[in-house]
Amino acid sequence: MRKRPVALWAAAAAGYAFLYVPLIIVVVYSFNNSRLNAEWVGFTLDWYDKLFHNQEMLAAAGNSLIIALVASLVSTVLGTMAGVAMYRYKTRLLPILVLTPIAIPEILMGVSLLIFFVLLNFTLGLASVALAHIAFCIGFVAIVVRARLAGMDESLTEAARDCGATPWQAFRHVTLPLIMPGVIAGALMAFTLSIDDFVITFFTAGAGTVTLPLQIYSMIKIAVTPEVNAVSTLLMLLTLALIVIASRLTPSLLRSD
Amino acid sequence: MPDTSSHKAMTSRSSERFGKWLVSAPPLVYLLFFFAIPALIMVLASFRTPGEFGGLSPLVEDGKLDLNLDSYVRFFTESVYAQIFVKSVWYALLTTLFCLLLAYPLAALIARSPKKYRDLLLLLVILPFWSNFLIRVYAWMIILGPNAAMARAANGVLSWFGHEPVPLLFSSFAVLVCLVYVHLPFMVLPLYANLEKHDQALLDAAQDLGANGWQRFWRITFPLSLPGVYAGAALVFIPALGIFAIPDILGGPEDSLIGNVIKQQFLETRDWPFGSVLSIVLTVAALVLAGLAAWVGRSQLGTRSSGALSRA
Repeated sequence: MRKRPVALWAAAAAGYAFLYVPLIIVVVYSFNNSRLNAEWVGFTLDWYDKLFHNQEMLAAAGNSLIIALVASLVSTVLGTMAGVAMYRYKTRLLPILVLTPIAIPEILMGVSLLIFFVLLNFTLGLASVALAHIAFCIGFVAIVVRARLAGMDESLTEAARDCGATPWQAFRHVTLPLIMPGVIAGALMAFTLSIDDFVITFFTAGAGTVTLPLQIYSMIKIAVTPEVNAVSTLLMLLTLALIVIASRLTPSLLRSD
Repeated sequence: MPDTSSHKAMTSRSSERFGKWLVSAPPLVYLLFFFAIPALIMVLASFRTPGEFGGLSPLVEDGKLDLNLDSYVRFFTESVYAQIFVKSVWYALLTTLFCLLLAYPLAALIARSPKKYRDLLLLLVILPFWSNFLIRVYAWMIILGPNAAMARAANGVLSWFGHEPVPLLFSSFAVLVCLVYVHLPFMVLPLYANLEKHDQALLDAAQDLGANGWQRFWRITFPLSLPGVYAGAALVFIPALGIFAIPDILGGPEDSLIGNVIKQQFLETRDWPFGSVLSIVLTVAALVLAGLAAWVGRSQLGTRSSGALSRA
């Protein structure tokens, strides 16, 4: 064994601290009895109380939830289809269309959809945001589903077909149950991506519609109050819960090999 | 071949083609409609004239088709936009470099850890990435804020040297720190994926031949990790190039990047053609650099592996 690389440990510990200290500060100050995010004064739940009486914030949270539910539902169906198609068949156009939205800077999708909706006279609002979210979530679901298919024994589906199952029966009773964890993980991922999205929502929401990230944006642009810390903390908890569930369902997503 | 089996093969082939069509068509049509067509419309919009009240002027006016290169000419002749573009590339490059410096020890440590801890250590790197983007930007507003410990400490040190206090927030420093913070996981993942595959025997052999730790790193580990470095660089550089929220929230007036100008063209000035030109330039730059990284990575990999083989 070579000697323990102390410098490496120190550098990596600094890296982890860099990743976590900012988020911990946000959470800690959400319980701080002071308007300024500067010094610890005392414990309070006032900011959470204010949050739950903030009508704008509640409306924004409601909008985010509706969009995320619709977007994750539709993108899961379409993304699963795309994942299956990309795994089973040689298609050239589909992988390009599915993967490019993930690869290019987000702002491009935001502005091109803005032009598109305005030219079509499509009123910007909940519907336009949901349609945009579906478009960028499909790729993420497809990747997860394809990964799940790659780890599965395709001969099971063939066996079902040999036993006389129609393609649909084989898919419904053999393939789908086997890839279900991947599908659910993809759905949770799409839900998280949608509820967290800022850039694409910013361009496609129009003036009247506010989602949680848009509400946070306008709050921090005007004044920094611990109410933002409180909503951030709750949002982090929600995301964390979804990620834990998703990773339980597809351990391969996190496994290094 | 018996007639019946060829008939069966034919129907199964046509039913397979039908199945393929059935599963690929819905996502294909959706993405054509809500991704490809909007992108093409944006390309078309870049050749149009801005409308009197924003947006686009009519496509056909007085029987003449309205297509021109005015917005492209404007981008290449008004030097302020080229400057902002160069500045954006510079910020994205700095972000990539600092991400690499921070990510390397993290990735190396995870790759060397016992197998049972690797997943957890990797998860800990990815986890902050799943918290809301704006929350991560907001966190730096608090940390760098004028009342926070960091700004007071920094200015305390400066005042000993008789220096005027400097604001940390709304500065290029704040923008860069946050850019690095937000993109760090994208660099760790590909680096780790590469480092994890390294053969420990190579390092042991080098040690036996008398190479010290530094030499082992520079002459073996780092060259072998270059494909991971290039992949991580592309994953950091592309999103960093198009960012607008971080300079918007944490930057000063001089920290406007290409993303901010695009946002301004679409939402404030409402000059769609020019905004489209900027978006296209951004895409082309991002794709060219990503392609370059992939190409360099592949050719490096080719020569390295063949070199290693010939040496073995």
